[in-house]
Amino acid sequence: MGRVPKVSSYIGPGAVDVALKVNGDGVSVHVPPHRTLLDTLRETLGLTGAKRVCDEGMCGACTVLLDGEPVYSCMTLAVACAGHSVETVEGLSKDTKLHLIQEAFIEHDAFQCGFCTPGQIMSCVALLTRNAAPTGEDVLRAVSGNLCRCGAYPNIVAAALSAAKKQARR
Amino acid sequence: MSIKVVRTKAEIEGRIIEATALVEGRDLAPWGTDSGLAIVGKGHPRVDGIARVTGRAQYTQDLYLPGMLHVRVLRSPYPRARVRRVDASRALALPGVRGVLHRFNAPKAAFRGEETIFRDEVRFVGDEVAALAADTEETAADAVRLIDVDYELLPFVADLEEAMRDDATRLTEKGNVTESGTYERGDTKRAFAEASVVVEATYRTSTQLHNSLETHGAVARWDGDLLTVWESTQHVFGVRAGLQAALKIPYSDIRVLCDYMGGGFGSKGGAGKHTIVASIFARQLGKPVRCFLTRDEENLAAGNRSATYQTVKIAAKGKRIHAIEHLSWSNSGQGRWVADPTGPTNGLYDIPHVRTRSYKVITSLGALSAFRAPGYVEGTFALDQAIDELADRIGEDPLALRRRHAARQTDPVTGMRYSLKRLLACYDIGAKEIGWQHRKPEGTRGSAPHRRRGYGMASQLWGGSGFPPAYATVHLNPDGTAVLRCGTQDIGTGTRTVLAQLVAEELGLALGDVRVELGDTNSQYAPISAGSLTVSSVGPAVRLAAKDARMQLLDAASGLLEVRPTELRVERGAIVSKGRRTQIGEVLGQIENYTVIGKGSRFPNPEDISLKTFGAHFAQVEVDVRTGEVFVEHVVAVHDIGRVINPLTAASQVEGGVIQGLGFVLTEERVVDRPTGRVLNGNLEGYKVPTIRDVPKITVRFIDDPDTKANNIGAKGLGEPPIIPLPAAVANAIANAIGVRIRTAPITRQRVLDALGLRS
Repeated sequence: MGRVPKVSSYIGPGAVDVALKVNGDGVSVHVPPHRTLLDTLRETLGLTGAKRVCDEGMCGACTVLLDGEPVYSCMTLAVACAGHSVETVEGLSKDTKLHLIQEAFIEHDAFQCGFCTPGQIMSCVALLTRNAAPTGEDVLRAVSGNLCRCGAYPNIVAAALSAAKKQARR
Repeated sequence: MSIKVVRTKAEIEGRIIEATALVEGRDLAPWGTDSGLAIVGKGHPRVDGIARVTGRAQYTQDLYLPGMLHVRVLRSPYPRARVRRVDASRALALPGVRGVLHRFNAPKAAFRGEETIFRDEVRFVGDEVAALAADTEETAADAVRLIDVDYELLPFVADLEEAMRDDATRLTEKGNVTESGTYERGDTKRAFAEASVVVEATYRTSTQLHNSLETHGAVARWDGDLLTVWESTQHVFGVRAGLQAALKIPYSDIRVLCDYMGGGFGSKGGAGKHTIVASIFARQLGKPVRCFLTRDEENLAAGNRSATYQTVKIAAKGKRIHAIEHLSWSNSGQGRWVADPTGPTNGLYDIPHVRTRSYKVITSLGALSAFRAPGYVEGTFALDQAIDELADRIGEDPLALRRRHAARQTDPVTGMRYSLKRLLACYDIGAKEIGWQHRKPEGTRGSAPHRRRGYGMASQLWGGSGFPPAYATVHLNPDGTAVLRCGTQDIGTGTRTVLAQLVAEELGLALGDVRVELGDTNSQYAPISAGSLTVSSVGPAVRLAAKDARMQLLDAASGLLEVRPTELRVERGAIVSKGRRTQIGEVLGQIENYTVIGKGSRFPNPEDISLKTFGAHFAQVEVDVRTGEVFVEHVVAVHDIGRVINPLTAASQVEGGVIQGLGFVLTEERVVDRPTGRVLNGNLEGYKVPTIRDVPKITVRFIDDPDTKANNIGAKGLGEPPIIPLPAAVANAIANAIGVRIRTAPITRQRVLDALGLRS
């Protein structure tokens, strides 16, 4: 998991304005200091791809990228993201063309109920961004913080490796 | 079309039910092996894949309606207590709090045999005491802690084996234990007396928590008299029935919707208290209301797989199993029913003398709910280990011993012939794929001197035949695209994709031209997505609806093309007549905006035949005898479920079942603090569901013979079979590896070390 930026100055107790980038667009949100990034994305910005499952950093269903690094958005305060860049699953296919990893998830049937899928995909995106030729072990490490209760794990590994191969060919 | 009343007997979750249903017209002849199917039987990626990988799939949890209020529930901190007084004044004084419901002010609302959803006497830690609605979830969470409750504490019992004792606290006047199942054939008393070898053992399984990633939850909204409820559920029609019973309003005033849902595994079978609370608040407060359980609440109050205590006495005469007696006690918590772990013992193997009893034990804990093959996972854990124990004692290979009792083509319980049973073929494939010939009775050396390797296997019996009622309509648009409307749900099994394949195949369309609309009580009825019955119940009705649409299309085309209908057929989106292809859109386009509506219903199962699914799992494990760690290296899962409609999604189902089974047998155990009745690990930190690191190599094989006696698509269910034999197969492999048997699930390192006598 990536580093979480520190909150630089005293804020609160009331709601404050926070300016950040979400999926490339600058946004400003008015949130209380205790509001998590997850709830801000879902309730304030209407980005419901990231899911709330455990709400305590145990399952990875809320994984998003903060400055390119995967973080549990349920464990990240929105105010800590001021001035930083957040990427969610919705940002991967902005121009309707799917990201390689999204295509691979469909092709390899790497999900069943799909509730953990946005988190799994963001963890894989982070992996493929920093590692052009990941091994199976690299994939296991990248998604070891993402639980899947349906047990789509074997297909998640297959999807990530297949996307990595396709990426290498480009 | 003519309507007929049919009566049918069917099996759901190991129980036999009788159903009366209506069917229309005539059933279709089943697709055989030579039907030349182009779309059914092929591994198509899911039709809703794009929605799921882009985050656009809308789950109930993702619904945020304007002005919506949020509910939090206050739950009992005590396992048994009388609620003497509730004072919500401090909570109501908090800005943003809009209402509180509890036993002294809530309207009557019937729920599962009780008159109210807030009990006078709370019966487990997590029982609902009050509910609070507020503008934000944060406010609701803060405010619910400000509700003051005066409890009178009562004696309780929070453990299965403690509750079974004669001197235990009696939770009802009739005591804690009631008989829930009984079965006998032959004469076990005489059989045990004449047997050459008798083995007796006690097996225990722990409470398993579903932990569906989307917790139970609902959003309710009233528009005048009309109540719309979005619910994460396996049965929209079940939720509608629950709301009708609780709120006493007609079906026409209730609409229940479930588009995407994040797992249920049996626990989301109908309306919950959260559904009724949301609906009552929404009516009282005039705003949409959302009530979702937190992870902790989910693990206290939303169901579980019962812990069991089972004894098995099994006897051999020569090299055959002669008799078996299986007694089982299940912790139902505050549940009103219980699953039967003795089902596999009664019906799986051809054993002449059988006696089984099962008992329901109530405790001061949350109610059980169905969890993927309820009873059968627990029962097979005991049964298939007992068979290995007997095989060891008589010096026989456990697979060879099972073969003698697996060949018969007659159901030992009903005496009826099976429609199709290929269990021996499952054994052959599994043994070859795992390398059964490497198994030695005393295990083998593993990949290091301190590691022992072992092999084990177990068999699977389950129903999954499906049954009526189930209905569907296919709406063929003037441009040649179609919409299937059906009241079933896709709980992650791939229902949308499989049903689209059936429509495309029967109607002659491309898969991409079929849209599937599910999870809406404004459609015709479809059954609960449980019991491995969706494909086998809904699929045949969907095929009939597509066929009805096709016949109407051909009638219309006949008039427009001036060709007799018998000389026309539909193929890949075109009407074909004497070598000439005309696109459907071109034909129907000649008429003003007509939608062809095809209807289909599920016909009853044949009466004189037993419809079952079979399978076998084989496991290769290594055990570190210094640390007790179990490494599952390879699992081979072979299933005999009739026709496989989609091998890609079917294989995923099997892998998922295997992985959930691994959790059951190796890591998953709800821990309860007996002195306080509190669940200590109702979260994803302390309760260990398998991670990607726990997954072995899994080989999936299907027999894939269409069961042409079962229904018109030749398919039976697959949801539950792949979790049933895995725990016993792994337990048998561990016993083979280390030469000591561990009869308690989960088989943790501590239990392995205990068994090896190595614990300091």
